[in-house]
Amino acid sequence: MAAKTLTIDGQMVSAEEQQTVLEAARDAGIRIPTLCHQEGVMAIGACRLCLVEVAGITKLLPACVTKVQEGMDVKTNTERLQKYRRMILELLFAERNHVCAVCVSNGNCELQSLAMEHGMDHVRYDYRCPKCGVDLTHRLFGADDNRCVLCGRCMRVCWYIEGAGTKNVSGRGVNSSIINDLHQPWGAAESCTSCGKCVLSCPTGALFYQGATVGEMTRDRSKLEFIVTAREKKQWIA
Amino acid sequence: MLLEDLIKIQETELAARKKCTLRVCLAAGCMSLNAEAVKEALEKAVQEAGLANDVEVRGVGCMKLCCEGPLVGVDPEASLYRQVTPENAASIVSTFKGGQAEAEKGDPHSPFFEKQFCIVLENSGLVDPDRIESYIAADGYFALRDALREMTPPDVVAAITKSGLRGRGGAGYPTGLKWATVAKTRSTRKFVICNADEGDPGAFMDRSVLESDPHRVIEGMIIAALAVGAEQGYIYVRAEYPLAIKRLQTAIRQAKQMGLLGSGILESPFTFNIDIRIGAGAFVCGEETALMASVEGRRGQPRPRPPFPAEAGLFSQPTLINNVETFANVPPIIRKGADWFAGIGTEKSKGTKVFALAGKIKNTGLIEVPMGASLRTIVEEMGGGAPDGNTVKAVQTGGPSGGCIPASELDTPVDYESLTKLGSIMGSGGMIVMDQTTKMVDVARFFMEFCMDESCGKCVPCRVGTVEMHGLLAKIMAKKATAADLRTLEELCDLVKNTSLCGLGQTAPNPVLSTLRFFRNEYAELLQPEPKLPAGAGKLPVPSSA
Repeated sequence: MAAKTLTIDGQMVSAEEQQTVLEAARDAGIRIPTLCHQEGVMAIGACRLCLVEVAGITKLLPACVTKVQEGMDVKTNTERLQKYRRMILELLFAERNHVCAVCVSNGNCELQSLAMEHGMDHVRYDYRCPKCGVDLTHRLFGADDNRCVLCGRCMRVCWYIEGAGTKNVSGRGVNSSIINDLHQPWGAAESCTSCGKCVLSCPTGALFYQGATVGEMTRDRSKLEFIVTAREKKQWIA
Repeated sequence: MLLEDLIKIQETELAARKKCTLRVCLAAGCMSLNAEAVKEALEKAVQEAGLANDVEVRGVGCMKLCCEGPLVGVDPEASLYRQVTPENAASIVSTFKGGQAEAEKGDPHSPFFEKQFCIVLENSGLVDPDRIESYIAADGYFALRDALREMTPPDVVAAITKSGLRGRGGAGYPTGLKWATVAKTRSTRKFVICNADEGDPGAFMDRSVLESDPHRVIEGMIIAALAVGAEQGYIYVRAEYPLAIKRLQTAIRQAKQMGLLGSGILESPFTFNIDIRIGAGAFVCGEETALMASVEGRRGQPRPRPPFPAEAGLFSQPTLINNVETFANVPPIIRKGADWFAGIGTEKSKGTKVFALAGKIKNTGLIEVPMGASLRTIVEEMGGGAPDGNTVKAVQTGGPSGGCIPASELDTPVDYESLTKLGSIMGSGGMIVMDQTTKMVDVARFFMEFCMDESCGKCVPCRVGTVEMHGLLAKIMAKKATAADLRTLEELCDLVKNTSLCGLGQTAPNPVLSTLRFFRNEYAELLQPEPKLPAGAGKLPVPSSA
């Protein structure tokens, strides 16, 4: 396999022939933000966060599906791209009901991290505040549409890694939503193997393990007893 | 079927023609105005008058002046009757015996007809779309025969390239180049697709072509398949066009029966089949990659290109995908030669373009003009300007992907480059005329609502950006927006245009951008002053120096 040499952000980078710009950049330690990208499944170029500028091409190209070419001059972090990325993130926050403070994924959320990384301190667009449902019918998992960014990662891992084909999209435009089978409650979706790959892939708190939030609240009172006993018996004094 | 058979069918058909013909428009527009009853009444009147041996009543396709339907044409004197009713139809027949027609006469020599130059519509309103013999009589399928027997596939590609034909779906990609790419891509399976998912509001060119002359499109597809080496074709037509679907089905069946489609076409080893795929009402399925996903039975969503369909299209095989009107141009190019076609139109835009004239205009209907005709000729001379003493304010071309061209720019020639320069596009041929009562912000809002409803939801800028832009436009219309909102709107236009995945999103801001360019004052008039902040608001209290 032939190698290609290209420039990413002024840095000379060599890449394998079939690699994408995103892969080449990551190998070279250059970070390009992504949201819909999921290692191991087909890239779809949907979130538009990985758009990069390539010298000589007027259109912005999604790094996740653009193959490297010899002599390519890629810029991944220009002022224009930063502005667009921030706007896209703001649009995502305006689209559904993303309230980090009450989210299971608070602190472990790709959307939250991306927003912080891009210095997004407020949203300039009108919040849509849609009425979204929460599906807790599955024995092990839950789905909260309020937090879904429609990246389609759950769907792709369900189809292409597990091969179950439970997750699908219904509706279109802003009314799209992730459904199970033919729009059954998740617990009634017969094709679901309960493998949990969708939960693993979800970038936000839209898919989560049942009991995850409750689990955080279990109290280990034996510790109190341990401390008191230790003090009383002066176990800590050498 | 050989050349002799084709000629024999043509001769038999022409010999069977009667002295006079009454042509009744049976395209969807006139059909909705009871044209079928008119045809029946005419047939009955001919029988009763004892003229059955001399007068033929023929159902034909679109006769173009849709606003005056149902239309009836009389040959050989080439007169035209408009707004014919089943009641006054009999009086038209009485004219053959010296009677007086009660139906109103139209003027077949008005600029609306005289300024037309018909290639795509040459048979429209003349041949019977339900009879293949009628099409063969008008030199139909002779181009296929020539392409198959007198030319090699590279010759056909070369002819299309030389003709300068560009895609009539809107973007204007050189057709010959597309054909050559598919022809050169090696694969054992290739496909030809006809995009008949016409979805722009106010556009009905492709529907009329399919309803009036379906064999022309089929012939164009067979020639294309021959040129690129495909054995299977699909026509993707929207379910909202039931008549077009029915006529296509009839046409495909007839072509198969005559050995013009299927295996061993015209007794050669060449095999090509066409199947119809019916769209389920999504505008985005007119985008080629979404269309192919839909044909494959998947959710109609676009995917990033490359790979382009010519390389990896339907079922990941090389696929040639062209619009209805593009295919309809192919038979005459082969029949009359590439040089003939290249001699029509402008330097970079060859041939003709069909437009669906609609909106605030006197003559609503279908027109075909050579490329380079000015918008003024189309709107004022052919269209007759705005009705009821109103004045034309703007012309919208290209539907939700296009823009509004102000009346001051009406001298612009219609070609791909000139319209793009004005911030609009050629588009598939919808042309909506607006008069001085039209509010341009509302026009922009209407198209944005359309894009918002039709966005597939795959990429974020289009999915959410169109909703936010629509919200801002509605806010401006409601006189609740400020200059800051307009700035946000313009920023969003820039974002959605440059970052969306497919053509739908990339062009969705065009109606806003073009109305902002030419009618910015209408936006400004609706804006409210920025709310005044109370004195000291937004400032941190300054600690008094201790």
